[in-house]
Amino acid sequence: MTTVADYAKPNPIHQNRQGIIGRAVDRYEGPLKVSGTAPYAYEVKPPSPPMYGVLVGAEIGCGEVIAVDDAAAAAAPGVALVWHPFNAPPHQGARGAKIYVQSLAGAEPVFASKAVTYFGQPVALVVADTLENASAAARLVRLSYNEAAERDYVFDPAKAGPARGDQESRVGDFEAAFAAAPVKVDETYTTPIQNHCQMEPCATTAWWEDDKVVVHASIQMIKQPQHLLAETLMIDRKNVRLLSRYIGGGFGGKGSVYEDFALAALAARDLGRPVKIALTRQQMFNATVHRPATVQRVRLGATTDGRLTAFALEATTHAARGEPFLERAAAFSRSLYAAPNRLTGHKLQLLDIAVASAMRAPGEAVGMLSLEEAMDELAEKLGLDPIELRLRNEPDRHPETGQPFSVRQLVECMKDGAARFGWEKRNPKPGQMRDGRWLVGLGMATAIRGNFMLPAKASMRAEADGTIRLQQGMTDIGTGSYTILAQITAETMGVPLEKVVVEIGDSGFSPAPGSGGQFGAASAGSGALAGGMALRAKLADLAIADPASPLYGASAAAVDFRDGLIAVENRSETIASLVQRLSPAGIEVEGASAPAGDARDYASHSYGAHFAEVGVDPITGEVRLRRMLGAFACGRILNEKTARSQITGGMIWGVGTALTEQNRVDPRYGSLVAQDLATYLAPVHADIANLDAYFLPEVDDKANPLGIKGVGEAGICGAGAAIANAVYNACGARVR
Amino acid sequence: MDMPVRAATRASFEITVNGEARRVEVDLRTTLLDLLREHLGLTGTKKGCDHGQCGACTVLVGNRRINACLSLAIMHEGESVTTIEGVGLPGALHPMQVAFLDRDAFQCGYCTPGQICSSLGMLAEVARGEPSEVTGDLAAETIPLTDEEIRERMSGNICRCSAYPQIREAIRDVAGAPA
Repeated sequence: MTTVADYAKPNPIHQNRQGIIGRAVDRYEGPLKVSGTAPYAYEVKPPSPPMYGVLVGAEIGCGEVIAVDDAAAAAAPGVALVWHPFNAPPHQGARGAKIYVQSLAGAEPVFASKAVTYFGQPVALVVADTLENASAAARLVRLSYNEAAERDYVFDPAKAGPARGDQESRVGDFEAAFAAAPVKVDETYTTPIQNHCQMEPCATTAWWEDDKVVVHASIQMIKQPQHLLAETLMIDRKNVRLLSRYIGGGFGGKGSVYEDFALAALAARDLGRPVKIALTRQQMFNATVHRPATVQRVRLGATTDGRLTAFALEATTHAARGEPFLERAAAFSRSLYAAPNRLTGHKLQLLDIAVASAMRAPGEAVGMLSLEEAMDELAEKLGLDPIELRLRNEPDRHPETGQPFSVRQLVECMKDGAARFGWEKRNPKPGQMRDGRWLVGLGMATAIRGNFMLPAKASMRAEADGTIRLQQGMTDIGTGSYTILAQITAETMGVPLEKVVVEIGDSGFSPAPGSGGQFGAASAGSGALAGGMALRAKLADLAIADPASPLYGASAAAVDFRDGLIAVENRSETIASLVQRLSPAGIEVEGASAPAGDARDYASHSYGAHFAEVGVDPITGEVRLRRMLGAFACGRILNEKTARSQITGGMIWGVGTALTEQNRVDPRYGSLVAQDLATYLAPVHADIANLDAYFLPEVDDKANPLGIKGVGEAGICGAGAAIANAVYNACGARVR
Repeated sequence: MDMPVRAATRASFEITVNGEARRVEVDLRTTLLDLLREHLGLTGTKKGCDHGQCGACTVLVGNRRINACLSLAIMHEGESVTTIEGVGLPGALHPMQVAFLDRDAFQCGYCTPGQICSSLGMLAEVARGEPSEVTGDLAAETIPLTDEEIRERMSGNICRCSAYPQIREAIRDVAGAPA
């Protein structure tokens, strides 16, 4: 089994002889995206003209459908079918049921139950020959309901109970230490429901080829949904080909599948025609997932010289009754600051509202809003600079587990970022800086986000024209997977980038975990490296065994790959010539990677520090971001350009969490109030003034063989707290 | 009280798309966006909200930018529409598309065609001297293309990946430094 020590051994990525790793190359699929020619799930051309499905959402939040009048809809022009709980199509009706023992996911029935568990839950489908006909007919489906008398729509932390999975973690005696601490902060912070708002609404296009179904969907993972669909359709998973080649944003929200997924396949089977279904923008709010609201109590006890003696972060959140996802808002804080006495934990209330699930940096994204503000409050009480307070509580090992850190440059991020930003200009006393009508303030916060790696495979093929083709069941949700996989492949095989073809997003390819939890690059990238190394070994073996090769008889260990050549000292031939001679159809191998057996001996995180300058209008209270800088240390950077984009994108999400984004539940209906992009305020161009991020040089040789760490989620972590702290510095108002 | 549903009324008309005169025959309820995507196979124009709130469907009619989801196809009879495919295709990209690539002014790519069409329309508006909310001197002969102007004028195009700094850089590359 691989060990952490193996990660640090020389490999083509560490050696980076062509210099392709780290280079700011343009996005691999960029020309398709800037010209609108990358087909997203709803845009894939099926073999014959598709029919159009439109979903109908429940008009109550909790109860059951007791009758459906579908006569008008069924008789409307162009309508091919109307499905609802009273005529659900034949499929696996038991949730989670598995036909196949080895399956990674159980069935997800559609319309198999009359129960309504949240407002807007899809309860009917209309399929018609045109989108116009389907949309018009969908409005004619009449549903009658019994609304449950007992229901919980309103988040009330007092009603929350223990959270399964991550209830409480204690070190030392928090209560005694907090009681004895000479300097204290004890504040409660709230964060609202937030929505993913991916620009591409969830969509599926499906058609059947005999007993096989081809499904194009906008999803972050391939393998599990493939299994889920097979179970739901009650067919062998080999007969499900699932593709997701271009995805218009995910952010965690497309880590789940929704009714469009199975229904498109079912309707296509029933009608013998391709069927495509997209959720409307409004449906994206209630009928997919959201980040739940939280209430977080932070208690910090410190000595008068700013050493934390007592540390507590307790978070209460909510989830759907049937799907008790836990927003682990306190978990990250176990890794951040040193303190001998610690208490962290979660409570959960189950509600009858839409499903809560993962959204970009689940846990950290909202947990850091509370803690990093509380640290600012503590610094003020102590009369310390906020950075100095953090320096005094920087742990040399993981504060709870005692694990050594793989590599941790949090201090360097704070110091270097402060110098670049001009942090010394900050007046610790609020309300002292003015620029015209604006009160100006500076704030900072740290960023931490767990680093993960999952098993992945990759197939790597050398072709007769010298092309190296990577095929992997990975996805690119805008993260840059295509691009970094091309870079890893090129550098591993010693060929120019132009010789590399990357194909991902297909269940027919070697499986990779997909996109989520900022584990994509580490997992799929390590798989690609393994695939490349396997192909190198195969090509080397073939060459040295072939009398027609200049490398004939050489030792396999001496074979090198550079400049498109297979070489031993001054003997060489091109990869193309070897393939042409020995296997013109191509030479393909599969490689596999998995986390090191001792990976858990180390605590591995991405780190950063945010610095923000805001203006606050003292009359209206309007807050404007004036400038923002993030300094990050995330291991080796595979692509300077796409990594920066990931981080700045995350930071802007943080700006949104601080200034504009929130959703609320209507207590009468259990619906989310904001159901479109005019009422849910994601940041726009005008909200984002000068904002940039950069990376400190780093290699995390204990994280994975690439030495990288995740960048997809690190940027949002703490970003909103830096804004909130800047608001306080500007005007003296704490945002809790 | 629901209106009785009748068979859709259809119309046949001419519309020029990306320089090519086309005769189309569609259900009158068809939006310009759905005409492009579902009837003409031009899926570069994206449907992000279908309500004029996100800008992903921005196309140019003449040299004015509009949200294609907010107008019916029939309203554009006889007009000339330019979509992202008409702006430039791989191998012959428009300088704005090249700048978006160079600056990494997109991630998932879904809002990107709208951002690019919008930026072209926006620059034309500035060139025509049409002021925005943040324009200082409304009577000025020429409007300086400040970063604030770019941000204000591009705010109808949401990018959830939040490539805003990079989009501004790309537009700046094409438009040049402020006068």
